[in-house]
Amino acid sequence: MSSSIVHAAHQAPTGFIRRYIFSLDHKVIGIQYYFLALFSVFLGMGLSVLMRYHMVYPDAKVSWFEKLWPTGAAGGIMTPELYLSLMTMHGTIMVFFVLTTAPQSGFGNYFLPIQIGAEDMAFPVLNMLSFWTTFLALCVMVAAFFVPGGAPLAGWTVYPPLSAVGPLAGPGEGLGQSLWIISIAIFSGASLMGAINFIATTIDLRAKGMTMMRLPLTCWAWLVTAILGLLGFAVLLAAGILLLLDRMAETSFFIPAGLVVSDQILNHKGGSPLLWQHLFWFFGHPEVYIAILPGMGVASQLLSTFARKPVFGYRAMVYAILSIGFLGFFVWGHHMFMSGMSPYSAMAFATLTMAIGVPSAIKTFNWIGTLWGGRIRFTSAMMFAMGFVSLFVTGGISGIFLGQPALDLYFHDTYFVVGHFHMIMGVAAIFGMFAGTFYWFPKVTGRLMNETLGKIHFYLTFIGVYCIFTPMHWLGIAGNPRRYADFTNFDFMGKLMPVHTFMTWAAIITASAQLIFLFNLFWSMKKGAVATDNPWDATTLEWGIPSPPPFDNFAGHHPVVNHGPYEYGVPGGAKDYLMQSDPP
Amino acid sequence: MPGSLTTDIAGGRGAPPSTPGFGDGDSGGRGASRRASFTGLLVLLAASIMMFAAFTSAFFVRRGLSDDWVSTPMPRVLWLNTSVLLVSSAVIEMARRVLRSGHRVAFNRLWTAGTILGALFLCGQYLAWRELNAQGFYLATNPSSSFFFLLTCVHAIHLLGGITALGYVDVQALRLRLGPGKRTAVDVSAAFWHFLDAVWIFLMLLFVFWG
Repeated sequence: MSSSIVHAAHQAPTGFIRRYIFSLDHKVIGIQYYFLALFSVFLGMGLSVLMRYHMVYPDAKVSWFEKLWPTGAAGGIMTPELYLSLMTMHGTIMVFFVLTTAPQSGFGNYFLPIQIGAEDMAFPVLNMLSFWTTFLALCVMVAAFFVPGGAPLAGWTVYPPLSAVGPLAGPGEGLGQSLWIISIAIFSGASLMGAINFIATTIDLRAKGMTMMRLPLTCWAWLVTAILGLLGFAVLLAAGILLLLDRMAETSFFIPAGLVVSDQILNHKGGSPLLWQHLFWFFGHPEVYIAILPGMGVASQLLSTFARKPVFGYRAMVYAILSIGFLGFFVWGHHMFMSGMSPYSAMAFATLTMAIGVPSAIKTFNWIGTLWGGRIRFTSAMMFAMGFVSLFVTGGISGIFLGQPALDLYFHDTYFVVGHFHMIMGVAAIFGMFAGTFYWFPKVTGRLMNETLGKIHFYLTFIGVYCIFTPMHWLGIAGNPRRYADFTNFDFMGKLMPVHTFMTWAAIITASAQLIFLFNLFWSMKKGAVATDNPWDATTLEWGIPSPPPFDNFAGHHPVVNHGPYEYGVPGGAKDYLMQSDPP
Repeated sequence: MPGSLTTDIAGGRGAPPSTPGFGDGDSGGRGASRRASFTGLLVLLAASIMMFAAFTSAFFVRRGLSDDWVSTPMPRVLWLNTSVLLVSSAVIEMARRVLRSGHRVAFNRLWTAGTILGALFLCGQYLAWRELNAQGFYLATNPSSSFFFLLTCVHAIHLLGGITALGYVDVQALRLRLGPGKRTAVDVSAAFWHFLDAVWIFLMLLFVFWG
């Protein structure tokens, strides 16, 4: 490191509050985001288990349901409205506070500055504000459970008129729905602040020699995700303001004329529920990529590291990320094939949707190409990265079906859609987070997570999620409608109920298996085997500094980058890889 | 390590290293911090443009939907407000230029004048809202007035942010604390202010021709 430049190291703050609560250090903020998402994912998962249980045993009396929801579950039996509110909150918490938060704001905050050789994010105070705004948004969202009427029941997409007409439409559509919109507006603000930081940091704070084509693919994914978040959340914020005005100020942006709700004619006139769908899905579709792109970055990084081979087609991977991000803004209409859209528009949206299959396939083939002929090290992190690829393929293929208007008309309101988006957006993204956790844990804590527990957790989860979500596709083909609280009253559903029972028990077992992960995470922090600075023989800059990293990451040095991010399998040396900061 | 939000943008990142820029991928130092501030500003503007684009698209969709659209009369004071805002922008730009040639006293006067004109614009907007209310036009009267109040309010909220930035620079300048590190704050807040001008002209066109 003779060519690096020594600076006076920044002083770390010493007070507890400055250091751990209102910290400006991107590493602490990253960990804060991670734990916020960890809390949210267990909350969201708990809700889903309750929903699955109710679906199969709708008449079972559970005494603590009544304690939690005295009106929603009077007598211990869940009402359909309570079911819908659990569904809404499950979707919302998972999409916003888990899938948007952990992969980007959590891992990205911690590792983006280190991987590009910067001391911190470009705007540390904005970074801190962004976290605490997200925290506030989560508090407002969870508060919706505890207000009169309870949590909203309009789904995570909150389609008007149901979401716009107020308490007349059902319990939860009063204050609960307003809190939902306010929470998401706050969350949008937080995401915008985060995006500003991610983009400015990646563009302007790279170390000497860290050209864009030497960026690790994780950084590329975080950059493109930030751009998607920036453009998407601005539109969601605008849409949320319009919806809130319809609810609170009697405007008529989304509520049509002459609408009759609970035998009352509403005063509103002339609005269009479809307008909301367009605005929402203009955000909503890029949001899917916000959830999955960081996982793609992590998968690329890990497959290369643990196969001891360079990423196959690095440039193609970069261009694929960019084109997925770009095309993602032109396909929102495929969520609305059912809305009476002109067949010509539908054809355009369908064609563009198919076009996204091309960069997605490039990524998949390049992942397989990276593995091909590699000397694979089957660590838990690697297993989860390969699991990510598997789930991405499974979930992506069903997306090709749903992108066809003719097929979507049939599938749209069935479990096929539920199976599809859980596979690709839900569990694939979560496998990306698991992979990232196992991979970076030694850097963050200086200790390794337990591999045996990791593998047990991997197999239970991998088989578990396939058991939960694969049958959903089959149920969808059989015509099983989604968003129903209870199927027991439908004759045609009788033969399908054993499948639901199987899925419910698969869900309960898989959810329980997550406790293994939780135990492993906390146990390893204290008792895990002590890790070296570079336990995986990896090349990127974070592995060249001590674990855990010093306050300003490089202890006053500015690293100089001389190599690409994935120089593995280098012949002739004592080690089979070149760190990015190794001499040329 | 900066200690407050304003120091992020205004003050830069602590002591700059005594090395000139590296070209691609130079991290650290005031050069990087200044570039990052401009990138941050551009990104912020992109988000803001997306938000106004979303409202505008809703405006046209809603306008074409049904027959309940009744044009909102344009309060006369809006034209005065427009000229006040344009003059304010010009004054801020003049201030920025005289600072470059080192005339700090002139800068202080011009910048203060520009900031006050900005605040006057906000007062003028309040008068416009009152005038419309007096004529019976409120937020929920019809979709045209809904969009008028909504868009002017969102613009005014942006403007409040802009005035806060201008005011911060002004206070620093009047307290003789406008060191070279804060020139970035001058340039960034001026650029944001010009952007708000452009948005306002766009909104005026929207109201005049389609409102």
